[in-house]
Parts: sequence; C-alpha cells; structure tokens
Amino acid sequence: MKKTISKKEIEHVSSLANLPLKNSEVEKFTVQLSEVIDYNISLLEKINTENVLPTAHVTGASNIQRADETQPGLSQQEALQNTKSEHNGFFKVKPILSRG
Amino acid sequence: MTQYKTTIGLEIHVQLKTNSKMFCTTSAQYFGSEPNVHTCPVCLGLPGALPVINKEAIESAAKFALGLHCHVSDVSKFDRKNYFYPDLPKGFQISQLDLPIGKNGWLVVEGKKIRINRAHLEEDTGKLIHAKVDGKSVSLVDFNRSGVPLMEVVSEPDIDSPDLARSYAKVVHQLARYLDVSNADMEKAGMRFDANVSVSKEGIDKLGEKVEIKNINSFRFLEKALVFEVERQIKTLESGKQVIQETRGWVEDKAITVSQRVKETSPDYRYFPEPDLPPLVFNEADIEKLRKMLPELPDKKMDRFVLEYGLDKITAQNLTEDKNLAQWYEDGLTIYAKDDKNKAAKAKVLANWVVGELIRNLREKAININSASIEPAGLIELLRLVDSSEINQTTAKKVFTQMFSTGKTPSRIIKDEGLAQVSQEADLEELLDEVIVENESAVEDYRQGKAASLGFLLGQVMRKTGGRANPVVASKLLKEKLAHGNRN
Repeated sequence: MKKTISKKEIEHVSSLANLPLKNSEVEKFTVQLSEVIDYNISLLEKINTENVLPTAHVTGASNIQRADETQPGLSQQEALQNTKSEHNGFFKVKPILSRG
Repeated sequence: MTQYKTTIGLEIHVQLKTNSKMFCTTSAQYFGSEPNVHTCPVCLGLPGALPVINKEAIESAAKFALGLHCHVSDVSKFDRKNYFYPDLPKGFQISQLDLPIGKNGWLVVEGKKIRINRAHLEEDTGKLIHAKVDGKSVSLVDFNRSGVPLMEVVSEPDIDSPDLARSYAKVVHQLARYLDVSNADMEKAGMRFDANVSVSKEGIDKLGEKVEIKNINSFRFLEKALVFEVERQIKTLESGKQVIQETRGWVEDKAITVSQRVKETSPDYRYFPEPDLPPLVFNEADIEKLRKMLPELPDKKMDRFVLEYGLDKITAQNLTEDKNLAQWYEDGLTIYAKDDKNKAAKAKVLANWVVGELIRNLREKAININSASIEPAGLIELLRLVDSSEINQTTAKKVFTQMFSTGKTPSRIIKDEGLAQVSQEADLEELLDEVIVENESAVEDYRQGKAASLGFLLGQVMRKTGGRANPVVASKLLKEKLAHGNRN
C-alpha cells in the first residue's frame, strides 16, 4: 500500500525534532520521506510475523540493576566546560516562560 | 440556580529517597548545593553515557505501589518520552508508558474510595530559574535534580471537591512517609501536584472540558488553586461561554490560575521502549517479600489504636498522622502502663497530652517529633507527679512547656521554679487563716448556708499560692476551719 506523507506531517515532524526547514526542504523531504517509508514498509510487510510475540527488547536480559551507592561525579567546572554560555555556575539559555 | 458537579483527578510526583540517582551513581542528596555540582555524563545526557537502574529505587517504587493497593506487574519496563525543554538534557525523559510498576490501586480518603490508575517511575528533570542577566531575560539551568528517582501517582477522576483533593494528597504524602520511601518534603519540592479539573451540570453524565493546573507545590495552594478554578469554570458556563481545554498555572501572589497556552497542539511524545534498559521482572516471591516488609499503614494503625487503647477515632487519627509520633506515644504508654493497672485510663490521659500539649508545642516551634528533645519517659515522669498530686494540671502544663524547650526533667524544673503543690496541712494553715480574715463577707455568706462562697474562698487560696495549693487538701481544711469558726 502506497502512503504519501503530507507537507503538514513533514512540518510537524521537523518541529518535534527541533529542525527548522526551509520551504524548499519541506517539498524535497515530503517526496523523499514518502519513498523511504514506502520502501521500508514494503520490506516489513513481506516478513511472516505469525508466531512472533510482541517485544520491547531482544537481548533477553532482565533486572540489570546496581546497588544504591554513590560515586563522585563531575565538578561544576567540568560540567560546564562545553557550554557556550553560563552564569554563576548555571547553564544559561534563552528565556523559557511556560511549557509549550 | 444550576447545581454543578466537580470532577478532579490528581497526578502526584513524589521524589524517592535514595543515595544515588535513578540511573547513575551521582548523589541524589542535592538540596541546598551549589548549582551543577551533582552531575555526571549520564544525568547530563552526554553522548554515549548509559543508564543503569538503581535497585533501591525499584524496591521503593514497588513498596509504594503496594501501599497504594496497586497490582505490581510481573513485567515492567521503561520508555522514552521525547520532548525538547532546557531542563531535560537528553531530549527525552526516561519514564514508563504501558507497563508501569503499579496499576489499579486505591486509597480510602474521608470514607470515599479513590481509585489509582497507575504508579510509575521516572527521572526528575533539572531545575530552571528565570532571571535577568545584564538586563536580558534568560533561563538558568541547574542539573543537580536531573535523574533523581520520581514516582508519579495518577488517580482516576474520583475526587469531587478541592477539599477532598487536599485530603487525598495528604494521605499519599503520609503513606510515602510511613513507607519510608520518600521524605516527601514539601519545602524541598519533594512532592508536586498536577490537577485535572472539570465541572458539569448536575445530572448530566458527560464530563465538562478538562483543565490541567500544573506544578503546584503545597497542599494549601492545591486546594486554593482548585477552588479558584472550579469557580472560574462555573462562572464561564453561567455566562453562556465554553470552558476551553487547556493548561493553566497557579499564580500564588495573585491567587489565580492563568492560561499557559502557547500553541494549541496536543503533546506528541513519541514514546518508545528505552533500548538501554532491559525490562524488570518481578516474580510472586519477590512481591510477597516486599509486601511482608511493609510497615503497619496509617489506617490500620489508627484502627488498632481505637481497638487496643480505647481511643476515639479523631484522637487516634491525630496520633497516627506521623508514624514517629505514633511510636513516641506507644513508647510512652509502655512505660506509663508498665504495671498494666488502669491501662485504658492511662492510654487516654497520655493520648490527650500528646494530642494536646505535645502537638501544640511541636506546631509552635514548627518541628516534628524527631527533632524535639523531649523523651516519652520525661512526659511519663510528669504524669506520675500529677497522678500523685504533687503538682496540678495547670502547673503540669507549665512544666511541660519548659521541658519541651529546655529538655530538663520535670522534677528539676519543679524544684528550680518552686512549683511543687502545697499539700502539707501545716503549710496551708496560715494561708487559709489569712484568706478567712481578708474575706469576712464571703465567710459570713458561707456560714449563712451559701455553699458557692466556699469556691470563692478556695479561689483566693489558689491565687495566693499561684495555683499550687492541693485543691483537695485545701478544701477539706477550709471546711474544717469554717465549721470550727461557726461553733465559736
């Protein structure tokens, strides 16, 4: 089944991914992403999943846990060393007033 | 006037008490620290850092879920909740979507059963501070809190008033403290609330449009915000308008909620299973072991206090509000009723002192029982002095307040302050004679048969002794003296 992705969907996905796109890019990716998904879905559809149970992990591991013990982490200076802007030991970012 | 029905559901976030964070070995005891001194590559979301589950956090979460009467799932897993926000360094929060630790629980609050949809585990975010730096508005981020284990308890919309919402929140808080899985410290933002609230006309089954109030950090604000919001929604409907489904924030200094709508898109978190964390598997035996580890819970303890000590329900409730206070009471009672004589009476006397004087003093100093210097044995010593009439109730209360603030023993305080009750007849005799001479008319009234005058004269005796005269001895002696005078 062929599925075409709309421009609106591309814009939605790019905003979720925090990737601003130019109009020309939206046009381009609308075509490209439709093709990529079509190709992949067509492959997946060929696989026989009749006796396959849903799973979230494939390693078979479970209950991998550690004891509740602490270890020294990074110093403030180390934590901040890669940031472009800091202020009094804080990371400084553009003002955020409410959750959008 | 149209009657409206209020429907409230609460999401309660409770920080769990662990040494290290949820997925890394960085210390979770961050409160009061300099910014960004409790971080590591994992909780800063640096590329390539891998999370490992804290065993203690899982046990605490499972205990909490059991305390909420939840079904603890045999398989539980973590999922990524994806969104961009500066307090979330990885661009996603590790949370739980379809297989939370606990499901389908309930609590009884003020006689009403409130169902709990789920109790899941996630990581706390960093903290944002909004400030002006060099004249420009900025947000400052501190990641000390990032990755601290957080339990989210989601109720069904079974709460029908702001008052019940507050009581329910308090019961969850009390439970977390009883289970010792969280300090749930309100002052340190260890417990936060999001509330969903709607109103609808009475008799109509369909719920009204739901409004979410986010990030409330005290019981009082929770109730105030809900009272405001219910009124606002009713007013909106009464004026013929529609309530809009939206998120609102509580603004404490104005005591109102305000719309936080930025854009009207519903959240799209694109949850998917956290590939870096294998699932959790609980077997029956694990769950039973945890269930056995649960302490006596508040409602059970309250019922037992009523049954075992013959206390009324309200007294039992006050005593069991704080687990440590309940323990203090029971420790005291063990000493007080050691010989088992009059146990029921002693249980009541002690309960009245704890609920009255002790709680009053704790509140005045704004401390809890663990930080108070008064020991159960001290209060029992005081009560025995009252029982043997060495001091009266009024004096005892004065002594207690001093014991509470100084930590001194009652006998020491009584000696230092000269507060012992005057019981020796010889000590009272002179005083009584004075009173008789000074109050001729009252004495005459009494002799004419006005019994009430005796009370007045006794009052004068008490006044002279600063309340220290033993009333039984004084009354007996006074009657004798007055009768004696009559015969003359």
